[in-house]
Amino acid sequence: MKTLRCPFGESEIRALKAGDAVSIEGRIYTGRDKFHKWFFEGRPLPVDFRGGALYHCGPVVVADSSGGWRVVAAGPTTSVRENPYEPDFIAKTGVRMIIGKGGMDERTLAAMREHGCVYVQAVGGAGALYAAAVRRVAGVSLLDEFGAAEAVWHFDVEGFRGVVAMDACGRSLFDSVRAESERRQHFCH
Amino acid sequence: MSITEKIVELIRRTSSSLPCDVLRAIRAARRRERAGSSAAVVLGTILDNCALAAKNGVPLCQDTGMLVFFVNDALRRRVTRSVLEKAVAAATERGYLRRNTIDPVTGRSFDDNCAEGAPAVRYCDRPGVTLIMKGGGSENMSRQYSLPDSALGAGRDLEGVRRCLLDAVVKAQGYGCAPGVLGVCVGGDRATGYEVAKEQLLRPLDASGAAEDPRLRALERQVLREANSLGIGPMGLGGNTTLLGVRVTARPRVPASFFVTVAYMCWACRRGSLAVL
Repeated sequence: MKTLRCPFGESEIRALKAGDAVSIEGRIYTGRDKFHKWFFEGRPLPVDFRGGALYHCGPVVVADSSGGWRVVAAGPTTSVRENPYEPDFIAKTGVRMIIGKGGMDERTLAAMREHGCVYVQAVGGAGALYAAAVRRVAGVSLLDEFGAAEAVWHFDVEGFRGVVAMDACGRSLFDSVRAESERRQHFCH
Repeated sequence: MSITEKIVELIRRTSSSLPCDVLRAIRAARRRERAGSSAAVVLGTILDNCALAAKNGVPLCQDTGMLVFFVNDALRRRVTRSVLEKAVAAATERGYLRRNTIDPVTGRSFDDNCAEGAPAVRYCDRPGVTLIMKGGGSENMSRQYSLPDSALGAGRDLEGVRRCLLDAVVKAQGYGCAPGVLGVCVGGDRATGYEVAKEQLLRPLDASGAAEDPRLRALERQVLREANSLGIGPMGLGGNTTLLGVRVTARPRVPASFFVTVAYMCWACRRGSLAVL
């Protein structure tokens, strides 16, 4: 398993191959449906994504008694809903890693190749383990606007595990798995 | 302990720990995958996650799902809708449930997870109180077929049903958080088809939960074997385990209709029950 520290350099991201298991550390930011719509409407982004990672995640976060936050569950949400926005987001922000589940479309794959970005599949449902990988909640943006599940959370993570499913060379594990499964389905008939 | 507290505890337990039969199926799946493969990494992550969530009593998945309670008819007066709502609100307050209930008209959240129809409550002859929690990612992969289906070459017989089930698995890929479980209803009308298919997810994945009808039992085995030969694998990254189990039942149909309804459940097949109150 390769350990990658955020923010990432372009060359280390371009060196990753679909199928590589990775462990991520450093600051990552969550953003899902409302955040992408916000970006699409041309509103100001609350943080700088250059070299960074965007995590498609709607966590369970509760306020602790000392005025901070405690992350209870923080697994990935389905990424396809952000397909319409992501190519533009990658091009404009310089983000190097999208983390989510289920993969994204051809246009996003092309933007990843052009700008040097990868898609990391986190394990859907593993909410407790990913919460434990969040060592600290460093902050939160757009909480009032989006609510806790959709806000942009600033997570300092360590040992955040995933698999590179779409690389910066245009390879997608999802596409090859889908094509092969459809081929094998015919053999079952 | 009050009845409400017992239900809160049922919610906490269901949200944080998988049933033994499901855990056993995931462990068996990991043994089938090559060490170091994406599939083995994913299944190992899943098992670590389950152990951690159970130990700490926290939700194992952040999508704590749509809650459906099955309550024995004889308990109707004690386990009322109001008792269940109080328990759900308390469980939400304590972080066992995400604020997960949205008004589709206004887009606003019902912050205590209670509204008309939420949680869903069914009074039935199943003993005690049973809870199932099913997340949205997997619910989006559930589907219903109407036979005959010429695109699938599926006629009005069990061979046609088999083709529908494989199609549902191929269409779901990893999106429903594979390896999943199929709950299936053959027949019925459209509404009961979905209801009954989901209920099949309450049946254990070991031999005790297999269909009684030998033809349906054979179908369950065959679809499990064939689905796991498709190579979709955990989270759709490839591998030998695409399904953990298949549970089929049948309901009468009218001559004009032949529905096959598939409830796709993620690996986080969260069900729990309370035998004695």
